[in-house]
Amino acid sequence: MLKLAGVKTYYGNIQALKGIDIEISQGEIITLIGANGAGKSTTLMSICGIVPPRSGSITFEGRPIHDMKPNDIVRLGICQVPEGRRIFPFLTVIENLDMGSFLRNDKADVKRDLDYVLTLFPILAERRNQAGGTLSGGEQQMLAISRALMARPRLLLLDEPSLGLAPLVVRQIFAIIRKINQEQKTTIFLVEQNANLALKAAHRGYVMENGRITLADLTVNLLANEAVRKAYLGI
Amino acid sequence: MTLGEIKKSLLAAAWFMFLTFPIMVIKVNTIQKTVEWHWERLLYVAVGGFVFSFLWRYFLRRKQGGRRPAAPVETDEPEAVPAFQRLIHDRRFAMPALVVLGLFVLVFPYLFSMYQVNIMTTALIYVVTGLGLNVVVGVAGLLHLGYAAFYAVGAYTYALLNLHFGVSFWLALPIGAALGSVFAVILGFPVLRLRGDYLAIVTLGFGEIIRLVLENWNDFSYGPSGIANIPRPKFFWFDFSLEQSAVFIYFLMLAMVLLTVFVTNRLKDSRIGRAWIALREDEVACQAMGIDIARTKLSAFVMGSAWAGMAGVVFAAKTTFINPASFTLWESIVILCIVVLGGMGSILGVILGALVLILLPEYLRAFSEYRMLIFGVVLVVMMVFRPGGILSEVRRTYLFKEGLSKDGSLS
Repeated sequence: MLKLAGVKTYYGNIQALKGIDIEISQGEIITLIGANGAGKSTTLMSICGIVPPRSGSITFEGRPIHDMKPNDIVRLGICQVPEGRRIFPFLTVIENLDMGSFLRNDKADVKRDLDYVLTLFPILAERRNQAGGTLSGGEQQMLAISRALMARPRLLLLDEPSLGLAPLVVRQIFAIIRKINQEQKTTIFLVEQNANLALKAAHRGYVMENGRITLADLTVNLLANEAVRKAYLGI
Repeated sequence: MTLGEIKKSLLAAAWFMFLTFPIMVIKVNTIQKTVEWHWERLLYVAVGGFVFSFLWRYFLRRKQGGRRPAAPVETDEPEAVPAFQRLIHDRRFAMPALVVLGLFVLVFPYLFSMYQVNIMTTALIYVVTGLGLNVVVGVAGLLHLGYAAFYAVGAYTYALLNLHFGVSFWLALPIGAALGSVFAVILGFPVLRLRGDYLAIVTLGFGEIIRLVLENWNDFSYGPSGIANIPRPKFFWFDFSLEQSAVFIYFLMLAMVLLTVFVTNRLKDSRIGRAWIALREDEVACQAMGIDIARTKLSAFVMGSAWAGMAGVVFAAKTTFINPASFTLWESIVILCIVVLGGMGSILGVILGALVLILLPEYLRAFSEYRMLIFGVVLVVMMVFRPGGILSEVRRTYLFKEGLSKDGSLS
């Protein structure tokens, strides 16, 4: 479904991605784990076209997208939940969700999707007329995921959904992520620091170090891998 | 009133005395080479400083105290709306008020002198420019410090086209708007990737460039001496006397204000308007949602500049004389102040802001020496006590009740 081949991305003169290859198939949950500054978020930014790669290719369903504009990439069905949630603080919950469906014209379907995300996260229904900035961190993360779902993506990119959240809330969110994958058949690419949870939720995983992919395997194998256990799971 | 408060105010008064000592107390007579000491003024400064500081603290405390709700109340309303704003949105009150106001503005030119009509027309021109800039600054959140340049584009469009080709006012109006937009695109394409402070500096530079070109390119714009004898607008082939013409321009501006209010209000609720508001809040999130930020920013820029161009045409027709001195940075700042003071994003607020900021200095002519001082004080006090402006924006929000969606109801 999505294929990255030899992607190199730079911030000015600093090379953040030193040629990475990732392949994601339809219906999978793929996780990308790694330490701070490994290039995980940059990978997502490159896929979305917000920080386009300088060389290498990114293809989505056989179509090269590495030189497309971010808005056209969203139109193809790739939607990102950016790191640190980045909800619109002065818009209400409903308006935030409404921004998610910005590119869609099918009003009835949008309404159905709105009902769906509100059943997925009932707390958002309770807070629907509240400004986004007044929500708690966990609720904001739920809002950010819901907002992305409102774009009805076929590939959902999640950037550290566990960032700064209580363990209980994190588990709740991961459960929802799996649910979205099963119910909506949405392919999910999950970037995480919380390697333990991410590897348990995903089917396959990539390990990233200093802008390179160092390991790629089924998560079962990664969880059993000695090096991974030492470096990321602290066992 | 604790003792601490009084102590702090005393300290402030002492500080003021120290600061103003050289300019208030010592007076050097350079001709007679003597120094006069005005000690009694120090006393005025002390008393004034004390009272000012005391009141300042009092109101600040009251403001902070007032914001704290007594008990968290479970309501469905997003935020508590101030009483005055609720009054405006209350139909029972708003409709009669609107009718009275409408009648007043209709009979205004027949009740008051030419002078009053003229300054009111000027204020209305600022209402239109303010509403135009409000789209750029208030709604889309792009700080624009060169707005007067687009105003100048409009004014010079009419003046020059009329001078060389005899183009009429009515034809110049859309051309002015179009040229304003064209210049906005020319400026917008390279600079709109910039944000915040950087954008402000670039727009500031652009504004000055336009003014300097107009000032120095004598063959094109007749330089600092400007263009005189610009014809006033005609109504079909009907020629007005001077007074009739002033009244006519007044009504023309009134119509333009209504049009601007209508268009900007509709725009704010449209898809592009929502994109503007989202853009103001978070650019990266906008990109992630598939909003083309370059095009969205540009559209806000073009939209705002078109109004400036149109207002410029009317300005040229009203004053019948323009020169680059009318389009200085100060002009841009005043329009920006109108938007910020009135309330960013709020249409009614911007209208009030324009009326206050333009009419106040006119009526304060009696105190002409202190005019700018009062102007400055009003701005500072407003921003401290009402940072949201006279009328902060009450956005139209979607209210959802029990699964039933109801669009556009006011909250």
